[in-house]
Amino acid sequence: MRDAGGHRGRGLAKTIDWSLVVCWLVLILIGWANIYASVHATEEGSIFDFASRSGKQFVWMVTAMGIAGLILFVIPPRIYEGAALPIYLAVIGLLVAVIFLGIEVKGSRSWFAFGPIRFQPAEISKISTSLMLAAVMSQLGYKIGRWKDFILTALIILVPMLIIVGQSETGSALVYVGFIFMLYREGLSGWLIFMVGMAILTFILTLTASPFVACLVLVSVASLCICLYSGRFKWWLLICVPLIVLMAFVPSILDSVTASGEALAEGVAEVADGDATGSFVSRIKPLYILLGLVGISLPFVAFQAFRERNMFTHLALISLIGGIILTFSVDFLFNDVLQEHQRKRIEVLLGMKEDPAGVGYNVNQSMIAIGSGGAFGKGYLNGTQTTYGFVPEQSTDFIFCTIGEEWGFAGCAFVILLYVFLIWKIIKNAERSREAFTRIYGYCVACCIFMHLFINIGMTIGLMPVIGIPLPFVSYGGSSLWAFTALLFIFIALNRNERKYF
Amino acid sequence: MKLNRENKLLIGLCTAAAILMAKLFSIQILDDKYKLSAENNTMVYSTIYPTRGVIHDRYGNILVGNKVAYDLMVTPKEVEPFDTLALCEVLDISPEFVREKMKEFYKNRRRIGYQSVVMMKLIPPETYMKFAEVAYKFPGFRGQARSIREYPFNAGGNLLGYVSEVNTNYMKKHPGEYKPGDYAGMTGIEAARERELRGEKGYNIWLRNSRNKIESRYRDGEMDKEAVPGDDITTTIDARLQHYGQMLMANKVGSLVAIEPSTGEILTLVSSPGIDVDQLANIGQHYKEISTDPYKPMFNRAVQASYPPGSVFKLVNGLIGLEEGVVSTGTLYPCSMGYHFGKNKLGCHAHKSPINFEESIMMSCNAYYCYILRDLLENKKYGSIDEAMDKWNEYVRSFGFGQKLGSDFPSELGGFIPDSKYYNKVYRKGGWKATTVISLSIGQGEIGCTPLHLANLCATIANRGFYYTPHIIKDSDNVTIDPKYKEKNYTMVDTTHFPKVVGGMYRAVNSGYGSGGTASVAAVEGLDICGKTGTAQNPHGHDHSVFICFAPRDNPKIAVAAYVENGGFGATWAAPIASLLTEMYLNGEIGENRKYLEDRILNGDLMDRVRVKK
Repeated sequence: MRDAGGHRGRGLAKTIDWSLVVCWLVLILIGWANIYASVHATEEGSIFDFASRSGKQFVWMVTAMGIAGLILFVIPPRIYEGAALPIYLAVIGLLVAVIFLGIEVKGSRSWFAFGPIRFQPAEISKISTSLMLAAVMSQLGYKIGRWKDFILTALIILVPMLIIVGQSETGSALVYVGFIFMLYREGLSGWLIFMVGMAILTFILTLTASPFVACLVLVSVASLCICLYSGRFKWWLLICVPLIVLMAFVPSILDSVTASGEALAEGVAEVADGDATGSFVSRIKPLYILLGLVGISLPFVAFQAFRERNMFTHLALISLIGGIILTFSVDFLFNDVLQEHQRKRIEVLLGMKEDPAGVGYNVNQSMIAIGSGGAFGKGYLNGTQTTYGFVPEQSTDFIFCTIGEEWGFAGCAFVILLYVFLIWKIIKNAERSREAFTRIYGYCVACCIFMHLFINIGMTIGLMPVIGIPLPFVSYGGSSLWAFTALLFIFIALNRNERKYF
Repeated sequence: MKLNRENKLLIGLCTAAAILMAKLFSIQILDDKYKLSAENNTMVYSTIYPTRGVIHDRYGNILVGNKVAYDLMVTPKEVEPFDTLALCEVLDISPEFVREKMKEFYKNRRRIGYQSVVMMKLIPPETYMKFAEVAYKFPGFRGQARSIREYPFNAGGNLLGYVSEVNTNYMKKHPGEYKPGDYAGMTGIEAARERELRGEKGYNIWLRNSRNKIESRYRDGEMDKEAVPGDDITTTIDARLQHYGQMLMANKVGSLVAIEPSTGEILTLVSSPGIDVDQLANIGQHYKEISTDPYKPMFNRAVQASYPPGSVFKLVNGLIGLEEGVVSTGTLYPCSMGYHFGKNKLGCHAHKSPINFEESIMMSCNAYYCYILRDLLENKKYGSIDEAMDKWNEYVRSFGFGQKLGSDFPSELGGFIPDSKYYNKVYRKGGWKATTVISLSIGQGEIGCTPLHLANLCATIANRGFYYTPHIIKDSDNVTIDPKYKEKNYTMVDTTHFPKVVGGMYRAVNSGYGSGGTASVAAVEGLDICGKTGTAQNPHGHDHSVFICFAPRDNPKIAVAAYVENGGFGATWAAPIASLLTEMYLNGEIGENRKYLEDRILNGDLMDRVRVKK
């Protein structure tokens, strides 16, 4: 069988991974149907009415299919590797240009407007960055463990990411953090992911509990890692655990001492220095006791590690110190670096502030919509919450609410499993490919889709702070749909290209 | 499966998906909170108010009905510029009023949103029809029909009672039954049978959007609830008689109560001055005017006023005397312009002397009853005057005095009958004797009773010894009255003594002028009216005019009590009023020879005599 392009090799039916294409098609149809559901009450007309969002989405879908066809059948997959650098640089140029030339939408300058058509360069930047990463990292002799290579890779990711932060699109920038999973696959130390996770945990603990608790957790984790690595687990159980447990009780011990000290002070009020002990005890902060202990034991551990030439322990200790510094800088980061609305979103997410009418409104309404769906939902077009506009941004960032309300848990699970299947399939195909370029690019695609999926759905059900990024293929919007379609189909094309000739 | 990095990432992917699905499972399936919140978010219940039950009189005439009035509603969001003057013309209002209202709506536009607000209340249908013809010129304005009360007979506001919007106090007293905006009967029959009359509210469920705009019916009205109209009730009132009584009592202060003795059914219950039924339908607008009226029209004298009964009470003392054996029909007592004790005297009017029991009633001799009361209180049978006094109290209470009769009419009061405890408190124990309290014999002094008590006394005598608790509601299709209203209440006086009193009452009315009978003015040929006059002394002004009567003598059909404040002698005002009412009830008309009397009563005006605090 010969394919339309006249290439030799195996034909379309066998070379294209149809499961990916079908997945994509089902997702965009689900999106289209739910966009209609979310706007049908306010924008009357049929699902094809071009004045309404569902009608426009139909146009975007048809054009997206055109783009898919173009990528599959017209553009030779071979050019991507070579074109990666020019594309990457061009997109960086666009990202910078949009700050000066773009229109302002909701406080951020990230959109170009050509008449009725708007588009966000940040969307295609995911593609260009992925291609660039694939191109650089697939070169012979590339080793992620090498500082030069690692820094180059980090720059490729950080440059667009920081420009996007500069556009006040922190949410879109957060997606780039997902590339860390691809880097892990390509040999980056798992400790990096672990440390990123620990940093987030420290940040949250410091905000919600106290710096003391955060430091205590850091110390426990660091000591556990050091002991495990050097094979002294028993040591950890016998010495570190009792110490840590003791430390955990220090605040309450201090409290009771202070209380009894005050009682004592009252009892001997005539004695001039009767309250000296009380105020002295109350001035001791548990955090300083803990840091004092760490400060004393640190040199011993470091010296031991130096004698054993144990690099890991040194790094762990440096990380611990870094973590403690982070604990102290959380206040500064939170209050001075983050913007007002971001700070509020985090506070609401962490339950530090109840704000059902303000920032919490979106999440609260979104959870009401999804929660009221029950097991099987209220039925298509029967959702009351999404239909009547209680949920904000319901056809774009909060499209998942419509699915949750009208299709219930069953619908939600189906959509999530569809994404899992898609990502799983991409990873499997990437692993199977012989060219590093295809594999790395595949992982990049999987990471992008995963980050969008987790952040978007997590946001609608109160697991993540409100970060305005679309649900891939489902949310309303031309530039997002086109970009994700291109992102996915470039991988399908690359994958097909390999199968065709091998 | 190897635990390589690919698989670790795949496991991470599945874990992340599992976290999302676990959270979804918890909020969609485990937690009901969100489903309730969703309902609160979108559902709007609009109340459908039931029509109130109709109140019929004993013959099925409508005493209180319903009619339609319109509230003019405005949805400010939908209003377009309109011709203010044209609107004012059809609705007969001033342009200032409209401008004022529109300004107010504009000020509150955020709160109002897409909702409708009331601009004018209770527009009569004729006016509304004029508006309806041109309503298309005024988008955003519409009429909302409302059922309001209608009163075909002027049966008196105190009897019927009024309906008004419940206030917080009322809602507190009836927890869970009412919501703001509900209406409830506040007084009279409306309050007495509120439970039956009010019906059950229904509701429409609407879906609204986040901007409070109504979008559609919830499930096409499947879950809506229809309002259940209130039950109709039948009263014992004779609407025409009530109306006539109302006319007789016009421009007098007092009350007029008529009871059917054979059932205890209240035929007429007039308290004058009362609330005009024209004001009743829209009580809110007139409330201030009514409540500040110095004659206190809100005060239902028929069941709430505590009056001295005057000579009418001699009947009670006479019956007790007969029962106790201190007097018999043949007992003769002298009267020399009163009863003399020590240096004091309780005066009486000129009449022949000595007289017997029947004559004492006929001529209303004061001295006769002083003898009786003294004999009662100084009866050797009882160890002390205290004991004798309490016995007397017990007798009097068995006639229903000194306590609430237990009628179904709301806000009935009990009056007062003194006992030894009371006098011991006032005079200290042993500090009083029969002559101290001698005015009790003629129904003066510390006795207080309502006109309803007097009518009940009259019915008791008409029945020769028992009464049915007076009541105002009859059995009907939907309403069954308390069985206690069908039980005979016997007094402590044997029924054999009652005919003797009836004889006196008959002679008081039917002996003719010049005979000494006090109530000759009440005589109507062929009706055999039996009556007793009373003139209650009033230290604050003119005496009160009191009269009770029943007719006919055998198988009485009606028992009436009339109490006219500051009316002077019982025969001057109360007797004509009570007898005219009786005549109207039994004959359906007033005889030619009594037209002059009717004229005098209908045109009589005693309002100047009544002292009021201005």
